[in-house]
Amino acid sequence: MKMPISDAAIAALLGYGVVFVGLVLLMAVITLMGKVMTAKKGETAPAPAAPAVPAPAKEGPAAPGSAGDIKLYDVGDREAAMLMAIVADKLGKPLNELRFKSIKEVK
Amino acid sequence: MDILGTLSGLVMDSGFAGFFADGGWKNLIMIALAFVLLYFGIVKKFEPLLLVGIAFGVLLTNIPGGGLYHMPMWDAYVNESAYDPVNDVALYETVDDGIRQIPIEEYLARLTCTAEEKAEVEEKIIEHLSFTDIIHHGGLLDILYIGVKAGLYPCLIFIGIGAMTDFGPLIASPSSLLLGAAAQLGVFLAMFGAILLGFTGPESGAIGIIGGADGPTAILTAMMLAPHLLGPIAIAAYSYMALIPMIQKPLMRALTSEEERKVKMKQARPVSKAEKIIFPILVATFVILLIPSTAPLIGCLMFGNLLRETGVTDRLSDTAQNALMNIVTLFLGISVGATTVASRFLSWETIKIVILGVVAFCFSTIGGLLVGKLMYKLSGGKINPLIGSAGVSAVPMAARVSQDVGRETDPNNFLLMHAMGPNVAGVIGSAIAAGFLIQLFG
Repeated sequence: MKMPISDAAIAALLGYGVVFVGLVLLMAVITLMGKVMTAKKGETAPAPAAPAVPAPAKEGPAAPGSAGDIKLYDVGDREAAMLMAIVADKLGKPLNELRFKSIKEVK
Repeated sequence: MDILGTLSGLVMDSGFAGFFADGGWKNLIMIALAFVLLYFGIVKKFEPLLLVGIAFGVLLTNIPGGGLYHMPMWDAYVNESAYDPVNDVALYETVDDGIRQIPIEEYLARLTCTAEEKAEVEEKIIEHLSFTDIIHHGGLLDILYIGVKAGLYPCLIFIGIGAMTDFGPLIASPSSLLLGAAAQLGVFLAMFGAILLGFTGPESGAIGIIGGADGPTAILTAMMLAPHLLGPIAIAAYSYMALIPMIQKPLMRALTSEEERKVKMKQARPVSKAEKIIFPILVATFVILLIPSTAPLIGCLMFGNLLRETGVTDRLSDTAQNALMNIVTLFLGISVGATTVASRFLSWETIKIVILGVVAFCFSTIGGLLVGKLMYKLSGGKINPLIGSAGVSAVPMAARVSQDVGRETDPNNFLLMHAMGPNVAGVIGSAIAAGFLIQLFG
């Protein structure tokens, strides 16, 4: 069944409005979630702040095939592996001859 | 043995003879169209994963005598009319105010065949088609098409898309959602345009959603609102998605100044793992409560994303991203292509849909860019308006286009991650637009 043009115009405006309102509300919800999570992170910040000063790494030769102990701050395992591979490649040395103490994301 | 009779029968039964039957030339045109689409998919690499499947479906369904897809059977299913599997006829006719069911007795009286043949037809007529009847009487593509008709494939694809999408940029910058909303402008303008061109409300809604630049959403909406237009809508949607760089770049250059394009955006805040896990649960709950008809799309999208982010369902996430996605894409492409039966596809309606599709894409891009410019002004020049055009879904192609146009002006400007926010917001936006249209016209 054909739709009157006035109804079509109203439906189009209403539809666009609904999408906007829906996503603005969603934006508010996500912003709220972000604020809550950031606040929670802030509350627990003193605890993880301690390891910001890298603990003294165990000295001595690394075991063959191992990159030694490493501490990661805000860096995922995959990113860390990629970074270590890049450094090893740039230096032209095998990964197990290098010792990485920590990798930290600079913000 | 009657050798001549046998040979004559072989010739008459061949597909070649079908080209000389009434309207057979249309099949030739559709086969040529299938070759063109295959060329675009294989040589030009335009959305090849789906376009090659769609093109091959177009080819298979238009070879006379193949019997892989029966349009009258699906017409009978949609219009809830009886179906004659012997002659492949749906027992209804279109009249001024809709459709009229043809009584079986009237239909049999119209047949010009012997009484014995009529009795056989009467015995086999199915009054109410079910999926079981379709499996029993249909061809291979009819059976695969059940997945489209049941709304299964688009939803399964959305699980895969969710599993492949990182919503981090959107969580870090929730204002991206405004751009995702703005870029749905084309959906509603094209819907209005379709009504002006004489389409019905549900048909217009299905055509408008092409502007959402999201294939599975377009297919699901078309299937629910105007299944007879599914073929042209799917082909238009995927063709234009492949042509996004050609459609968007001139509009982006025309609507933004060099100063605006040069804006370097500040790095977004890091998003914690917990936020990424909570996000899909929160969005699914909130959006479905807001517009319940978005449940199939948003539910599956967010379920897929949850599998990706939990960290405890890596195997399921991997399957959703790869095996499941590939299998469903394979079935979806070929079965959607099968709906492009020559007698229905070659019409003015298809040409109008193709034109409305490009209008929808252009206005969606313009809507995103204009709100991007507004955000540029309001933020004191901190937001690059080029990321607005990425608000049309088409992930990640539209975000890449923002990056490309940004780098044309300043090779050191990296907009990709900033454009990913509006880009994934566009997926949610087009799902909400589809939900609204389904609720309004469904």
